[in-house]
Amino acid sequence: MGDSQYSFSLTTFSPSGKLVQIEHALTAVGSGQTSLGIKAANGVIIATEKKLPSILVDETSVQKIQLMTTNIGVVYSGMGPDSRVLVRKSRKQAQQYFRLYKEPIPVTQLVRETAAVMQEFTQSGGVRPFGVSLLVAGYDDNGPQLYQVDPSGSYFSWKASAMGKNVSNAKTFLEKRYTDDMELDDAVHTAILTLKEGFQGQISGKNIEIGIVGADRKFRVLTPAEIDDYLAEVE
Amino acid sequence: MSIFEYNGSAVVAMVGKNCFAIASDRRLGVNLQTIATDFQRIFKIHDKLYIGLSGLATDVQTLYQRLIFRHKLYQLREERDMKPQTFASLVSAILYEKRFGPYFCQPVIAGLGDDDVPFICTMDCIGAKELAKDFVVSGTASESLYGACESMYKPNMEPEELFETISQALLSSVDRDCLSGWGGHVLLVTSTEVQERTLKGRMD
Repeated sequence: MGDSQYSFSLTTFSPSGKLVQIEHALTAVGSGQTSLGIKAANGVIIATEKKLPSILVDETSVQKIQLMTTNIGVVYSGMGPDSRVLVRKSRKQAQQYFRLYKEPIPVTQLVRETAAVMQEFTQSGGVRPFGVSLLVAGYDDNGPQLYQVDPSGSYFSWKASAMGKNVSNAKTFLEKRYTDDMELDDAVHTAILTLKEGFQGQISGKNIEIGIVGADRKFRVLTPAEIDDYLAEVE
Repeated sequence: MSIFEYNGSAVVAMVGKNCFAIASDRRLGVNLQTIATDFQRIFKIHDKLYIGLSGLATDVQTLYQRLIFRHKLYQLREERDMKPQTFASLVSAILYEKRFGPYFCQPVIAGLGDDDVPFICTMDCIGAKELAKDFVVSGTASESLYGACESMYKPNMEPEELFETISQALLSSVDRDCLSGWGGHVLLVTSTEVQERTLKGRMD
């Protein structure tokens, strides 16, 4: 990256064996808005709070949950712009895979490549780690899958997980409620209840976002109207 | 003489009932001189996927090495074998990479896909895929092979009959081509087993 005074890696080891920048990145994630994911028997759902800085913001223009491919979606906790970069790179990688093999990329492979990008930014000069953790939800030949990818580049497969503020309460709640034979609709209800736990203010279809992918392998973000319907069922 | 005719070759693949057969000649020549009579042109990618390469012998070997390398990495990463259609797309992409300085090879790919449905295809030296439901041919004897296969082929042949048909088609075609021959190598693949046989033909 040139002869600049700062062209050394910020992620150099501390004497205790930690990479301090990654710890700070995880802190950035931990103070981001809550997001969670649940893997059901017949699909996966990811959800997040959508707290906007002011009531003047046009909430229809903001979408936190995005598609990586037609059957894989992603949500983040942490710095939004960082997640946009990762989504962009992952979309390109997915299309490159398809160009080579004429086969849609398996979820595991896409997660692995995204994680590799995040790891690169912990070992290069002049860059900082990404300030996001991603929850990747997809449905492929191996069935429904949910992965969490951290700023360090490590990834884990989860049955249900949460990230961001309020993560410990959310995880405890999910641990109690999760069952292996949950259907997609039950998972949506559980996700809403989990978000409600730590939600400040009135929860509605306009301030949370939910994305689902079922056996039809089409990832889609629910409309505010659909979310309101689920909310009514939960009440 | 064209570079594709430098070494001489003949490869053919045919689809049968839940099985496929792939066959090649065994001559390796340098123009008119015969150098070897046991040259391998058909290679295994995995238990249910084979590729036959005709054309310039050095490119045959190098291309095979590159493809087996890519497949092994794929197996390690994805923990599964490549489907024949996927492999065909990969070969096509690799050949097109060298669009302006190509490998002088024409691959014939044959495999059993999901549910053991046979798949065959061929492509030109820069990766233009040609899928077929019955048979595919390539090499210096390709024109004779087209004629022989067209007249001898029947759909849904059982393995034994398929073997007979592909052997007859190969031997009669290479007999009409001075650059290929010296016997044949036939592989018959079903969902349960692979039969490999060497044919004795005219040794000229």
